[in-house]
Amino acid sequence: MKIVLEASLAALLLAGAAGLAHAGDIALERPWSRATPANAPVGAGYVTLKNTGAAADKLVSATSDVAGKVEVHEMTMDNGVMKMRPTAGVEIPAGKSVELKPGGYHIMFMQLKQQLKAGDTVKGVLTFEKAGAMPVEFKVEAMAGGESGHKAH
Amino acid sequence: MKKLALYLWAATAIAVAAFAGVVYFTSGGPPQPAIGGPFKLKSQTGETVDSAVLKGKPYALFFGFTHCPEVCPTTMVDMAALLAKLGPEAKGFKVYFVSVDPERDTPAVLRDYLASFEPHVVGLTGTPDEIAAVAKAFRAYYRKTPLEGGDYTMDHSAFVYLMGKDGGFRNVIGYQEKPDRALEKLKTLIEKG
Repeated sequence: MKIVLEASLAALLLAGAAGLAHAGDIALERPWSRATPANAPVGAGYVTLKNTGAAADKLVSATSDVAGKVEVHEMTMDNGVMKMRPTAGVEIPAGKSVELKPGGYHIMFMQLKQQLKAGDTVKGVLTFEKAGAMPVEFKVEAMAGGESGHKAH
Repeated sequence: MKKLALYLWAATAIAVAAFAGVVYFTSGGPPQPAIGGPFKLKSQTGETVDSAVLKGKPYALFFGFTHCPEVCPTTMVDMAALLAKLGPEAKGFKVYFVSVDPERDTPAVLRDYLASFEPHVVGLTGTPDEIAAVAKAFRAYYRKTPLEGGDYTMDHSAFVYLMGKDGGFRNVIGYQEKPDRALEKLKTLIEKG
């Protein structure tokens, strides 16, 4: 966790040095993904976006090495019907955290190029309106994993 | 006409959801004959699965699709966990995964995808009309939703239908229903048929 945070911080500093980040104060906490069935065409990434700054920021897009296309989606259950929609962005209010998690927002890996296996790391970049581009490494957990750990929230 | 059909489905989806809610709270109530019906679809190995030959054995049925990042694999994993808990009692029990996306989910695609869950999961696909008929019989809702760049995703009912040995509807397991409760429903189905 600490390493991830430090990596994010380093990324922020780098991005800042490159003139990409402005007033961004976003930390990426516990990025994870779930193992996919063999040849599954899609997968999902989850992460908690923490805004330590004084201004709201917005996750606007994402990319990843493992996917031909990546979108930010929101899943809802409406009377037992699962619906998934691309979202124009995930707003993170100043001083707040927004958790991308099963049953809600997720990073949708489309045109998956490889099976995601438990223990793998999925590299990607999350782009924020203010914080700019931030590299992220999703840790792939077992397909059944995340159940106890992530449902508890 | 197509629009009308969608509206009808939306209406039945709401009816099913309402009914599912009732079933949920009155679990163990009388079977409801109106959900379910005969079907004849292709399995992931290309064989025809006729619901008529399933008579005598209870089974579970789920509507999903392979371009589904969360609900479908999670449900399959959850079902596998429940069946594992039941152990020998659940031997031979099948979960039918009916694709609501037959355009992309050919038997070969289903075979690859379900290899992670076999042997208890049988993937079923067919022509769009065949799938529509099965969904209607089970009062399941599904709808194609376009995404950017010509892609699309599917909205779909996320229940696991528990069907008795006479082919009649017994119960549903809702998405992420409490494992204890889901286990009890499945156990009842397997014991009593």
